[in-house]
Amino acid sequence: MIDREQVLHVAQLARLELSEDELERMAHELSGVLDHIERIGELDLDEVAPTSHVVEVENALREDKPRPPLPREVALAAAPLVLQDGFAVPSPQA
Amino acid sequence: MSDPIALSAAEAASRVHAGALDPAELFDAYQSRAAADELNAFTWVAEEPPTATAAMAEGPLGGVPLAVKDLFCTRGVPSQAGSRILQGYEPPYTATAVERLEQAGAPLLGKTNQDEFAMGSSNENSGYGPVLNPWDRGRVPGGSSGGSAAAVAAGLAPWALGTDTGGSIRQPASLCGIVGLKPTYGAVSRYGMIAFASSLDQAGPLTRNVTDAALILGQMVGPRDRCDSTSLEFPESIELPTATRLDGAAIGVPEELSGEGIEDGVLRAFEETLHIAERLGATVKRCRLPHAPHALSAYYVLAPAEASSNLARYDGVRYGLREEAETLLEMYTRTRRDGFGAEVKRRIMLGTYALSSGYYEAYYGRAQRVRTKIVEDFRAAFEDFDLVACPTSPTVAFELGARTGDPLAMYMSDVLTVPMSLAGVPALSLPNGMSDGLPTGFQLAGPPFSENRLLDVAFALEQAIDFDAVPARA
Repeated sequence: MIDREQVLHVAQLARLELSEDELERMAHELSGVLDHIERIGELDLDEVAPTSHVVEVENALREDKPRPPLPREVALAAAPLVLQDGFAVPSPQA
Repeated sequence: MSDPIALSAAEAASRVHAGALDPAELFDAYQSRAAADELNAFTWVAEEPPTATAAMAEGPLGGVPLAVKDLFCTRGVPSQAGSRILQGYEPPYTATAVERLEQAGAPLLGKTNQDEFAMGSSNENSGYGPVLNPWDRGRVPGGSSGGSAAAVAAGLAPWALGTDTGGSIRQPASLCGIVGLKPTYGAVSRYGMIAFASSLDQAGPLTRNVTDAALILGQMVGPRDRCDSTSLEFPESIELPTATRLDGAAIGVPEELSGEGIEDGVLRAFEETLHIAERLGATVKRCRLPHAPHALSAYYVLAPAEASSNLARYDGVRYGLREEAETLLEMYTRTRRDGFGAEVKRRIMLGTYALSSGYYEAYYGRAQRVRTKIVEDFRAAFEDFDLVACPTSPTVAFELGARTGDPLAMYMSDVLTVPMSLAGVPALSLPNGMSDGLPTGFQLAGPPFSENRLLDVAFALEQAIDFDAVPARA
């Protein structure tokens, strides 16, 4: 089970603003999904290593050679707001 | 001149190579169909025919135009991943998979609609409206590559590119009566594929038949892409399939994926295909994947966890939607509130919860261990069998709206495709019959890099099944 307070906390972590309606619905829906997911708790997995990569691979290394980066104007082309050749954002302070 | 739309992609490419079909004429024929799309399968269609290149006349893909799921970045062309948060976004580069296909002679026809960020099994989660199933417009085409599947099934595109994280190529292929192939994890570069769950995402083709799938896959795999550290060099070239017999092939049928919860009509078609396989010389036996019943639970921890991290980048700073606000934090939270749809929010919440302090080991850690058991289950099955087979989807295409109110019911749509995704093994869905007037799908999976075998077996079955139903074409 997950309650309204937990939903609010997780929404803050996820940088999501949720409406009152969404909060209620999310608590209900997430609880349902978590109930299903928690069935993996029944398995004995103490001796099992977690999977990090599904296909056996060796570390992939490439030559550490500089390549031309995206030109600045191309990197900034889709930005909502540009200031002094950079991405502009509101102040972190209120 | 016969109707070029009636040709399979491979047939069309052969005619172009023989000088019997003009690639510009072929493009026009599909372009006018795609532009008149009534299924909402496309979110963007090329207005101008592509500049003729030598690759289009002589390249292996013979100028046969390609529909591309909107999850792939295409330079200067809207790439919105089915999300309002990326409305109008035009990336500065093209995904490696698309680039390789363009270089092999397949020009971009259009971008196809999808569930937002590939999260969904019905295409109803698109920020640009649902896609309709060409067999019955009151039903879903499946998802998340539903636009690609509907476009190919309805003859609006000769073939299409999709992506599969937990079934997003195979399930819509099944629901639309076409072929869909999810390659081995790492076989196709993920560079430029907008990320959902990076340890699972894989690009693959949706095609009218198995030969077309082999032809296009052959140009997607190859040397590893230095821009994707998880991409792998494919150990052999992909051959066009030729098998007519299956003598010596051992096919395992996992008990866990071929009984409970599957519609009668789907099971009947499945059993019939198994009989055909036996008639062609294969041995078919029951097998076990003991941890498969836990695959869906593990998947719905791992995929949302990875998604919650991958989708942190949509914050209104560098691209896409921004909601203005007084402070930076408010700008983030409002942008994400307005830009993401309900399912994406649900997955971000689920993933953030599973990764949050104190819960990591109980959810993500355990799910990664379950994943190990599933990988081991498949490995053990492939010691006794060349391939395993089960239905692709437990049901035929369902009605629009039937599962939107119940997230868990929607997630169950993936119950037969998720195990292969977790194991990273290649899997293909082949149309194998009809139930209640709607197509069913037969799923085959093999060990990593067994794509050639998979395609060969699927080809032999395809010829014997002789599935020739097509939805009414406009």
